[in-house]
Amino acid sequence: MTGDLLTARNIEVSFGGGRGVFDLGKHAVKVLQGVTIRIGRGETVGIVGESGSGKTTLARALLRLIDVDSGTILFDGLDITKLSEPAMRPIRRRMQLMFQDPMASLNPRRTVRRIVLEPMLFHRVAANEADAEARARTIFGRFNLPSACLDRYPHELSGGQRQRVGIARVALLAPDFVLADEIVSGLDVSTQAQVLNLLKGLSRDLGLSMAFISHDLSVIRAVCDRVYVLRSGRIVEEGPCEQVFAAPKDAYTSALLDAIPLPKIDPNWLGPTTRAERVGEVDGAK
Amino acid sequence: MTAPILALSNLSAISDRDQAPILRGVSFDVKRGETLGLVGESGAGKSTIAKAVLGILPRTVRVTSGEVRFEGADLLKMKAGPLRRLIGERIALIPQDPMTALNPARRIEAQLTDGPRLWRGVNAKEARALALKLLDEVHIRDPNRVLRSFPHELSGGMRQRVLIASAFALEPRLIIADEPTTALDVTVQKQILRLIRNLQSAHGTSVVFVTHDLGVVAQICDHVTLLFAGRVIESGSTSQLLDRPKHPYTRALLDACPRYDRPNAGLRPIPEAVIADLYAELGQSGASR
Amino acid sequence: MSVPGPRGIGKTLRACVGDPKVVVGGGFILFLLILALCAPGLAPKDPLEQDLILGVTPPHGFAGAEPGYLLGTDDLGRDVFSRLIWGSRIALTVAFVAASLAAVLGAALGLLAGWYRGWVDALISRLVEVWMAFPPVLLSILLVAVVGAGVGSVIAAIVIIDWTRFCRVVRAETMGQAKSDYVAAARSIGFSQMRILVREILPNVMPILIALISLEMGIAVIVEAILSFVGLSVSSDVPTWGGMIAQGRQMLHQGWWVLAAPLIALFLTVLAFNLLGEGLRRSLDPVMRR
Repeated sequence: MTGDLLTARNIEVSFGGGRGVFDLGKHAVKVLQGVTIRIGRGETVGIVGESGSGKTTLARALLRLIDVDSGTILFDGLDITKLSEPAMRPIRRRMQLMFQDPMASLNPRRTVRRIVLEPMLFHRVAANEADAEARARTIFGRFNLPSACLDRYPHELSGGQRQRVGIARVALLAPDFVLADEIVSGLDVSTQAQVLNLLKGLSRDLGLSMAFISHDLSVIRAVCDRVYVLRSGRIVEEGPCEQVFAAPKDAYTSALLDAIPLPKIDPNWLGPTTRAERVGEVDGAK
Repeated sequence: MTAPILALSNLSAISDRDQAPILRGVSFDVKRGETLGLVGESGAGKSTIAKAVLGILPRTVRVTSGEVRFEGADLLKMKAGPLRRLIGERIALIPQDPMTALNPARRIEAQLTDGPRLWRGVNAKEARALALKLLDEVHIRDPNRVLRSFPHELSGGMRQRVLIASAFALEPRLIIADEPTTALDVTVQKQILRLIRNLQSAHGTSVVFVTHDLGVVAQICDHVTLLFAGRVIESGSTSQLLDRPKHPYTRALLDACPRYDRPNAGLRPIPEAVIADLYAELGQSGASR
Repeated sequence: MSVPGPRGIGKTLRACVGDPKVVVGGGFILFLLILALCAPGLAPKDPLEQDLILGVTPPHGFAGAEPGYLLGTDDLGRDVFSRLIWGSRIALTVAFVAASLAAVLGAALGLLAGWYRGWVDALISRLVEVWMAFPPVLLSILLVAVVGAGVGSVIAAIVIIDWTRFCRVVRAETMGQAKSDYVAAARSIGFSQMRILVREILPNVMPILIALISLEMGIAVIVEAILSFVGLSVSSDVPTWGGMIAQGRQMLHQGWWVLAAPLIALFLTVLAFNLLGEGLRRSLDPVMRR
């Protein structure tokens, strides 16, 4: 356990209870219950969840962008659960977030240069602007991004380029831990493969620990060592990828795997329902 | 040899704004009762083709040549009135995003009975009975409640079922399914795909299934047409395209798909050379993404 | 790999100047500004100088016009054209100062309310609600009665009434922007709240703010005209467009030009502000500038 970089134990998060004096009395909804996750150094851990599973909330909770109601979060041995913002600041450099939609996660009214350079200067990763610019150009070259991108605005780049800028911004801070939240959802298969390769290479070179959130089990298989299955705010299964994918223990995991259409014809796939699927959730109830 | 229900011949279109080609001589057939997968990455032109068939091409897109023949009649040459009638009665759409495809201000019953009331002249009581029957066909368990509901009171999967019910309401000959499961959870997707297939075989409808997901294509389509940059790259039966692909792009695309049963799948992007060759074929200087 | 050409301050300026709305609207305002600034030298006659013999002479080109009085005279023989030019000083002063102050006050409170939420937002929102319940005319009258007439009170009246408009819009816009992923990204980098508010969110609120400010300038000109129409603006010997309208209304049948001139000037000025605002918003906003 002590070798782990990030350990979250028994995380509970509810929404709707209201934070301020004026919101008391609203009915609270439990979004995460008893969630325990550990991420070892250099490991890539997958968190699979469909919509409503609480994965986005989990992502923000792990990075202390929202407060948890109970539970502890340990980062490199330090309890960061209730740490104040100023105390969190130096730690923030070491734990970074990558987003699904780079159109939304890159400030549309800032040039790529400012988006990518400012964090480096803020955390003093670069000594001065010239140094920061040099580092940016190096990593842009590695990511197959033309340096001309620095002077552009996010909407002037292609989807794949934007996603790579988002990754570059994080990579330049040389964090220890990265949480990638659905970063390839909505990308073409080929662009997706490029981004995944990039990420794998980065993780190897920087010795990154990663938490990879996705609803797509196939993508998780491609990059992760271990996987957690999140359903309605709870972890229902966890384990090494080969094990979970080959022999899932939980019915929901089976249903998830069973529901993925593989690009090979299987006449039985749409056939009569299998036992696992009947147990899985039918969307009729709302 | 029965005539195809839908036949595109050499359809070409450009963007009015910058004269960039959107479709380049697209041709394919859809036979009666079959499901054709229209596959391609984003920007390949699949949505444009779907819109052309539905008669809803945006004004910025200009067709420069080709025909879109539905049951023999060229949709591109029909006048607005008869076209609207033909499409309204015989061609239906299952749209992509169930969240936005339903009017949030109208109850489900109203929206479900729009088509029948307009084109079949049914009265309110008949329409209601029809709506209940349709909801039953799509396996919605509490149809009365759903009819009374507003869209935001239903889940994504429920909404998509309503949209499917709506599509089959007028017993169309052809259904255009525009990425109908992309916005849904994978477990829901499977149920919806099954539903579409069952309804399709029960009603004998032909389906053009637009998607970027080769896995979906494998399970639901009889034939596949693969597009790239507005041009048909390869066309054939599903088994032939998946197991014995002829074009290097097809092969590269299949290789790039992540698979949960193969640990290293999903990490092989389409080689720059393949893309460059494709653009060379199209007669334009290589512009990689 | 297609990446469009470089942009910088130079290109931004050129985009502004290239936008037709900026050129037309901004050009007119600039013209007006020059007129206003050079009023002492430019105005052919003293706006207050009365010449009862030359009273109610029509503008140039009409029968009975007097040379040197381009737009004719009013019933006291004062040159309409000169009064118009001098009146533009008041109009423009009020427009720029009042709109800017209202914007700064309203936007600042709106940003704080939209970002911090909680009791800060509750307080500011209640303040806005209560404030907006006051009838504006009553407030103006109260203000002028207490502080006395003059450009200062007109400006104060406009600021005090209209800051709420900026506050509400900026608050809503800030709240919307605060939910964006780029704000979450900024927080995950560790930037302080104030920094995020000013350096990340504010630039995204600016487009709407610019549009509002230019609209407000137009409104300010009209409000000043209304106030001077009812005699609540500056003292009556200083020429204002509103005052001229009031006067012209009373002698409409004898000399229509005394009413027409300030009305047209008012209309053109407000139109120019609106065009300028729309054009600036389009040309300054990198997102809209495709």
